[in-house]
Amino acid sequence: MPMNRHDHHPISETEDSGRIDISRIRRRLEEMHGLNYWRSLDEIAGTPEFQDFLHREFPSAASELKDEVSRRHFLKIMGASLALTGMAACTRQPVEKIVPYVKQPPELVPGKPLHYATTALLDGFATGILVTTHEGRPTKIEGNPDHPINLGATTAFGQAMVLDLYDPDRAQTVLNAGKPASWEAFLSVMNLEMRAQREKKGAGLRILSGCVTSPVFHSQMRALLAAFPLAKWCQREPVGLDTVRLGAQIAFGRAVETLYNFEKADVILALDADFLSTHPASLRYARQFSTRRRPDTADGMNRLYVAEPSSSITGAMADHRLSLAAGGIEALASALAHRLGLPGDDGGAGEHGGWIAAVAADLKRAAGRSAVIAGKGQPASVHALVHWINGALGNAGKTVVYTNAFDSELVNGMESLKKLVADIESGSADMLVMLGGNPVYDAPVDIDFSKALEKLKMCVRLGVDENETSRFCHWHIPAAHELESWGDARAFDGTVSITQPLIEPLYGGKTPLELIDALLRQPTRNSYTIVRDYWSAQNLPDFEKTWRKALSDGFIAGTAFETIAVTSAEPARTSNIRPGGGLELVFRPDPSVWDGRFVNNAWLQELPRPFTKLTWDNAALISPALAQREQLQNGDVVELEFRGRTLRIPVWILPGQAENSVTLHLGYGRQKTGRVGTGTGFNAYALRTSDALWFGSGLQIRKTGETYPFSTTQRHFNVEGRDIIREGTWQEFQSDPHFMSARTEPEPGRDDTLYSPDEFKYTGYKWGMSIDLNTCIGCNTCAIACQAENNIPTVGKDQVARGREMHWIRVDAYYRGGLDDPEISHQPVPCMHCENAPCEVVCPVGATVHDDEGLNMQVYNRCIGTRYCSNNCPYKVRRFNFLEFNAGMTSVQKMVKNPDVTVRSRGVMEKCTYCTQRINAARITAEKEDRKIRDGELVTACQAACPAEAIVFGDLNDPASRVSKLRAQPLSYGMLGELNTRPRTSYLGKLRNPNPEMKS
Amino acid sequence: MIGDPPPGKSDQHGNPGELIAPGQTYAGITGRITSIPLAKQPPRAWYFGFAIGFALLMMLFLAVTWLLVKGVGIWGINMPVAWGFAIVNFVWWIGIGHAGTFISAILLLLFQQWRTGINRFTEAMTLFAVACAGIFPLLHLGRPWVFWWILPYPDTMGLWPQFRSPLVWDVFAVSTYFTVSLLFWYLGLLPDLASVRDMAETPLKRKIYGFFALGWRGSAAHWQRHQSAYLLLAGLAAPLVLSVHSVVSFDFSVAIVPGWHSTIFPPYFVAGAIFSGFAMVLNIIIPIRKLYRLEGFITTRYLNNMANIMLVTGEMVAYGYLIEAFMAWYSGDKFEEYMMHNRAFGPYGWVFWGLMVLNVAVPQLLWSRRVRTNTVLLFLVAFAINIGMWVERFVIVITSLQRDFMPSAWGMYTPTAWDWATLAGTVGLFLTLLFLFIRFVPMISISETRELVAEPKKIPA
Repeated sequence: MPMNRHDHHPISETEDSGRIDISRIRRRLEEMHGLNYWRSLDEIAGTPEFQDFLHREFPSAASELKDEVSRRHFLKIMGASLALTGMAACTRQPVEKIVPYVKQPPELVPGKPLHYATTALLDGFATGILVTTHEGRPTKIEGNPDHPINLGATTAFGQAMVLDLYDPDRAQTVLNAGKPASWEAFLSVMNLEMRAQREKKGAGLRILSGCVTSPVFHSQMRALLAAFPLAKWCQREPVGLDTVRLGAQIAFGRAVETLYNFEKADVILALDADFLSTHPASLRYARQFSTRRRPDTADGMNRLYVAEPSSSITGAMADHRLSLAAGGIEALASALAHRLGLPGDDGGAGEHGGWIAAVAADLKRAAGRSAVIAGKGQPASVHALVHWINGALGNAGKTVVYTNAFDSELVNGMESLKKLVADIESGSADMLVMLGGNPVYDAPVDIDFSKALEKLKMCVRLGVDENETSRFCHWHIPAAHELESWGDARAFDGTVSITQPLIEPLYGGKTPLELIDALLRQPTRNSYTIVRDYWSAQNLPDFEKTWRKALSDGFIAGTAFETIAVTSAEPARTSNIRPGGGLELVFRPDPSVWDGRFVNNAWLQELPRPFTKLTWDNAALISPALAQREQLQNGDVVELEFRGRTLRIPVWILPGQAENSVTLHLGYGRQKTGRVGTGTGFNAYALRTSDALWFGSGLQIRKTGETYPFSTTQRHFNVEGRDIIREGTWQEFQSDPHFMSARTEPEPGRDDTLYSPDEFKYTGYKWGMSIDLNTCIGCNTCAIACQAENNIPTVGKDQVARGREMHWIRVDAYYRGGLDDPEISHQPVPCMHCENAPCEVVCPVGATVHDDEGLNMQVYNRCIGTRYCSNNCPYKVRRFNFLEFNAGMTSVQKMVKNPDVTVRSRGVMEKCTYCTQRINAARITAEKEDRKIRDGELVTACQAACPAEAIVFGDLNDPASRVSKLRAQPLSYGMLGELNTRPRTSYLGKLRNPNPEMKS
Repeated sequence: MIGDPPPGKSDQHGNPGELIAPGQTYAGITGRITSIPLAKQPPRAWYFGFAIGFALLMMLFLAVTWLLVKGVGIWGINMPVAWGFAIVNFVWWIGIGHAGTFISAILLLLFQQWRTGINRFTEAMTLFAVACAGIFPLLHLGRPWVFWWILPYPDTMGLWPQFRSPLVWDVFAVSTYFTVSLLFWYLGLLPDLASVRDMAETPLKRKIYGFFALGWRGSAAHWQRHQSAYLLLAGLAAPLVLSVHSVVSFDFSVAIVPGWHSTIFPPYFVAGAIFSGFAMVLNIIIPIRKLYRLEGFITTRYLNNMANIMLVTGEMVAYGYLIEAFMAWYSGDKFEEYMMHNRAFGPYGWVFWGLMVLNVAVPQLLWSRRVRTNTVLLFLVAFAINIGMWVERFVIVITSLQRDFMPSAWGMYTPTAWDWATLAGTVGLFLTLLFLFIRFVPMISISETRELVAEPKKIPA
């Protein structure tokens, strides 16, 4: 490598003189640690010549990488990189100290999984998780039972994050202008860039991140903004909480966060608020809510009113649900305010005046024990109204509490994004650092973000995947996955949760903390040091002990925000609110791919969406009335015209959809994503403008005459009068607890069989499961938890369309009542483990048999695949490997598999095992300690994940076990018990608590 | 050449025509029948038929190869319809395989002489149909390479089949039926193979036919033993005709699926099997008879009698349909009621009504002797019945599974191209074997036909 150079590159360290700055190189060498070899001074200096040399040294390979990829070479390189990633997977544990959650292993015992507490993030908010690792590879996520925000439960997203970790489509190398580069090269470039920025006090520097609650990150940003006072930080989420915060600002004149205590609420009104599933605190809310849905609850059953445009998880739990356009909610809230003596407009509720009057009366009766909540899809004015209403009802400080906000200043993502784009357009901002996010795809369509990006002199993106935005970035840095990162974040209640890595970054990814640190100082620190240094400076008592406990617990106890008393501003007089006429377009995050970030996650893609049971797609959800009016069928492609823009998308008719509302789920129709997400769904962002982020009127719908094939897992939503799901009311239950079983055909007696009823005696354990339909919210988390635990493959859209999805537990939905406002019930259906199992007698090779504890077992090795068992299963819970569904997995993808569960090959039947591997693990532990398995010690994967604790598993021979007690409840029933299958999985009939003063 | 007997001439039972055209001699019969396998060249039409069969057979190989490579997922089966064309085809072919042994064994035991002209042919057809049927239970397995686990063999791990499963009974029933049918067919063939050997002009042919004739010399002792063995085998085969499809019906009736769980299935399946078996015999024999000008041996009388059997079994099948519907209503079982309703008015309702036309309405034409004795019309009616019986199995298998107990799990079934290819492929296998049979084996029993000449009007007591 020649040292003398003739051309001067502005960003090289040899600038000005063409000489190498030796002192700088010394410094760089000091910064390096570990086995870093260097070949020449140019390398250390990171000169462009050296980069060029690196590129030329292996010219054939280097050119391959940027060429249009030929198939043959693609395969070659894929093969080589897979081999390498496989090796990378064998990297040693991170050198930092990580503390196991339950027991400190003297050493790693092969075959024995370890559990670590860490944190999962969604839109910046933390939930505590426990990660199971097998020999250093994380395989399963559980909720952290001690964490105050989720109390042991997880969301479907949390369950599925482990699949993202091993996604082969993740960003794997630092890219400079699309060409492979190195982190060191990036650092040297940043050095110069930041030097330039420092001179103008950071005037050109902008940081764009999602919502961030991390105290460490905030402190870093404070330091950055102190060093670069003119730089700006934009926090923005495509489906963020702007409206919620603005609403609080209006109501209280300051930024506060609102937390609900639903376990104290007797009457709840949710105004387009899906607080049970899409709120940052929904896991806690679901738990609180469910404690008041059980028929034996001490304080009596709560009553839930929901008004919403499109069926939500929360809406399905409602005792009274009103299908109402999103634009009509404000008028409804105003009418409610009026009835509670606040300045409001009674007339706006229109035909729903009677409904809201009854609700108002009910809320008033429960003043101080009621709660009103609005969703983030409603404008700030509705949130402000709701705060005043809660105040008027005396709920504040009781069922509704307020805390200080995460950020001292009001964060308005939309406004700061607009400002950012304006700054770039005007040229005042020339350098943008993006921490994750995908604004090119998900920014409002009236903001041309990609055009703005093209104007930037320097654009850096840190991301786990390469997406639409990456293409516009000069530098793309692979981000470490959350399971590879050190960090921290706050839960919605403020609790600080620590993120610790479970595995060394597979692809050398960096954390946001490291990137910001690199902007601030070099040598850079690693994120462990950053996090630890920050917290050690926080005056925590006995830091070392606190720190170790925090790592072990996954959170720092006692860091939840304290509740504060707020004084509300004078309620504004809202007058003459009349919802706009015509069709309305409503945007919602997709239940599975959220804002688009999970689109490459096959588990989530194949998870049937609540109500529609659609997989791998989104649709324009329309009401039956609109479908009738426009003569539309499921799958008919329509052209939606909204404020001058159009989108072609197929429709899905959703009972319970507000008549004139069309709901689009965001997150689909991605242009640049991995192999899983490419070509799925339709891009709803194409119609989402900054003045109608959540809904807006003036939608036109035109039938195109084309149709589109959807893949759904449930096609029939009518229970056909069968004894599958039992429902009643709380009032009926109170007058006669046995009213449900009195209504249905009695199950055959024990002796109604030709065989001896005591043919099989279960003298040891007798496993059984009880599923409470009262608390089940239908969130689907159990299905993903089961998928992760039991190595269940995904099959793809085409196979789902053929009816070959593999979920061992499914959540069935049944509609009851009218088409426009039906009652919706969810029913999770795993294997019933029948004592008289119809599947067992018909198997010709005895591949499905009973064990002495009552498990209906499937012996994969023995199964020859006649599928007769499935035909004879009245519950249709058996799943068959019609093809080799596990084929073609890369070595990295295989790492997600649970080593305690067989990976099934083609041609064998499989089904729910009651997590037999967990039973055996618990049995081994118990036998070593010479005792029986304790009740509660052993939980199935679905049970562990359930936010509402609707699933209880245990020993039916133990009369004190929770499952035995639940089975003894009068509401307990066996599905299709009249077939004398004697199911071990039983259900608790669903009660609703309707207001006796309302008709429906 | 001997033409059709004059139409309209009836015997004392009102049956049209004779069992054998007048003027036949022993030598004439032997010469005429052995001339077909011994001919240097088969007729042009033979090549045509064989080519079709062989082409379809190649398609079967392709379909099966792809199936073994990819798995049963190439078919349209799914959850809840885990059984599809494979089982439909299996039951259909087994049903077709019923006519041969019924004609040979039961009619032999009942001294019905009108079996003579067609028994060899129908027995061969039985074997080929059962061979076609036998393919499907193997292919439909998820892991066909371990099919032998269904057999009771001394396993070192002490594993046995699960004897409560009707699929195990199936294996025994079908394999026994195939074995006995094969033996019965071959035993009856021995004297004829010897005749061909004796008539053969080239040494090679003499050697080959001689090998298979097992040294038959036609001595009285041979005949005596042959006859008693033949009768004994007939006695063995007769109950098998009834048992095999009863057992096949257990595959369904033992299950708890509404639409399957029914006690009428065994007799209803047996009647349906004979119904379709005779239909297939007619569909094959009418063109062959024309092609080889065998109207003298397979007279209209045979066709008429077979049509009568079809009429009777057809009415039994129709009764079965009626009783199924009646029981669905009478039982008061809501699952059964829904099943019946779904069958008739559900998404596959058009298939059900097609079945009613093909299997119930069309066979009523057989009340007319004009139809029974008109080869074209009879061929068409038989063809309709063959399709109808396949459709019947489709209705039983698919519409029952498609919507059973759990409405949330209800689904649809759409066969794929591979499903159709496999069905057509087994038709190819059947035709290929059949054309090879008529090319190389005497397709009409020489010895028994000669008995007809000796005692043309023998009426049993």
